Amino acid sequence: MMLEVNNINVFYGAIHAIREISFQVEEGEIVTLIGANGAGKSTILKTVSGLLHSKTGHIKFLDTDISSANAYSLTRMGLSHVPEGRRIFQELSVEENLEMGAYTRPKGEIRDSMADVFDRFPRLKERRRQVAGTLSGGEQQMLAIGRALMSHPKLVMLDEPSMGLAPLLVEQIFDIIRELNQAGVTILLVEQNARMALQVANRGYVLETGRIILSDEADRLLTNDSVKKAYLGG
Amino acid sequence: MLFLSQLINGIQIGSIYALVALGYSMVYGIVKLINFAHGDIIMMGSYAVWFFIARLNLHPAVSIVLSILFCAFLGVAIEKVAYKPLRNSPRISLLITAIGVSFLLQYGMQLIFTPNPRMFSNLFPGQLPIGNFSISNATLVTIGVSICMMVLLTILVNRTKMGKAMRAVSEDNEAAQLMGINVNNTISFTFAIGSALAAVAAVLYCCSYQQIEPTMGSMLGLKAFVAAVLGGIGSIPGAVLGGLLIGIAESFTKGYLSSALADAVVFGILILVLLIKPAGILGRNSHEKV
Repeated sequence: MMLEVNNINVFYGAIHAIREISFQVEEGEIVTLIGANGAGKSTILKTVSGLLHSKTGHIKFLDTDISSANAYSLTRMGLSHVPEGRRIFQELSVEENLEMGAYTRPKGEIRDSMADVFDRFPRLKERRRQVAGTLSGGEQQMLAIGRALMSHPKLVMLDEPSMGLAPLLVEQIFDIIRELNQAGVTILLVEQNARMALQVANRGYVLETGRIILSDEADRLLTNDSVKKAYLGG
Repeated sequence: MLFLSQLINGIQIGSIYALVALGYSMVYGIVKLINFAHGDIIMMGSYAVWFFIARLNLHPAVSIVLSILFCAFLGVAIEKVAYKPLRNSPRISLLITAIGVSFLLQYGMQLIFTPNPRMFSNLFPGQLPIGNFSISNATLVTIGVSICMMVLLTILVNRTKMGKAMRAVSEDNEAAQLMGINVNNTISFTFAIGSALAAVAAVLYCCSYQQIEPTMGSMLGLKAFVAAVLGGIGSIPGAVLGGLLIGIAESFTKGYLSSALADAVVFGILILVLLIKPAGILGRNSHEKV
């Protein structure tokens, strides 16, 4: 089992944001969490990556309990989180952003990983010395994904990778997700674009106000009447 | 001739302000705290050097190195004990704590070493004649050492892994954690570097002014703070530029107007900056791309 989340409850002060959530991600899968704005999707990812902590239950990554681990220690274990809004380091150059992605790895291995990222995203190579804040939105998303790959992750968690991007770029991002998965990376995808997410995923969980209300194979969710009505525009 | 000598004086004191302003700016960049105890680190560094030389009879070079290490350790300890527990509290609590730490250091030292000033003998006596003009060795050392420190700091911040991590944490603490950066260690390192620079500034200051007292850090610290704000707080080149400008402004006021007005001019500059360009000369207003 790549990731096992068991009965977590997360609070923001007095607000009960995540209620008794459990789900699993198997090795090699693409799993998606879909739901409306504010359903708690990003909170779940932040809890898995250790930026927030659950009051109950446990989270296991590759059979190690990470419920109370610090965020920075998980990168080394092979967990990578591309946060909502990309969160690249705007004042660092493209190359420095990628170096930060490889922060936990020995210097000798960085060059090869960077070459891999540049192969995948040639635009980033052209702009390697440029300050990241000057990149376009799409390029910034590629940088955010490239930066996450620099740590050589086993599981990548992507939070709204299509947000704010033009349709053509959205297609491109989803192609990249497929390619990464074929290369052996397990993916946990949070998306508001439920149709695209379910098309690329193996399985999906539907969230509503902090609870999982439905879980199934992705293609069955695509034809599920209530999912169609609520998230796929009828 | 007056112009040239005032300019050199200005650059000399300005270099010291710049070294101190760098500490304010780096700490502000990484924890968004105006560390009002930073000026008192200079005082602690001055007393440390004085103590090692005058009381323990150590070699001046050894004393300087020891006091730099002492200040770096002190800066880290203050952060761990006083600021770290408040990291998720409102900024105002942190600011008040910093003022508290400042008082603790000042009055603690008054208790131990009495409020009376101590003489500090210049470690770089003599002067270098240039034509019918001369510059004191202490001034030359101050300017030279400051330039070296600034170059080293720039290399550290821009070229090394730790320096890049510092910039990453300054910009986005959470994203930095997701990269595997240990934010606590990075913050400690920043405090250590800032305080070590303050110790260097302390040695340079004492060689020119030759007197130390427990409250010496507050005015020096405040002026360096003005320098950091003038240059753009959080910006390293800004701190250097601000330090030099404040030093030169102060020196010219003393030379051409009146010594009594020097402090008024410095703080007048602070008011003007806050009114006209609150982000400072090189400060950037953060903006997000969507």
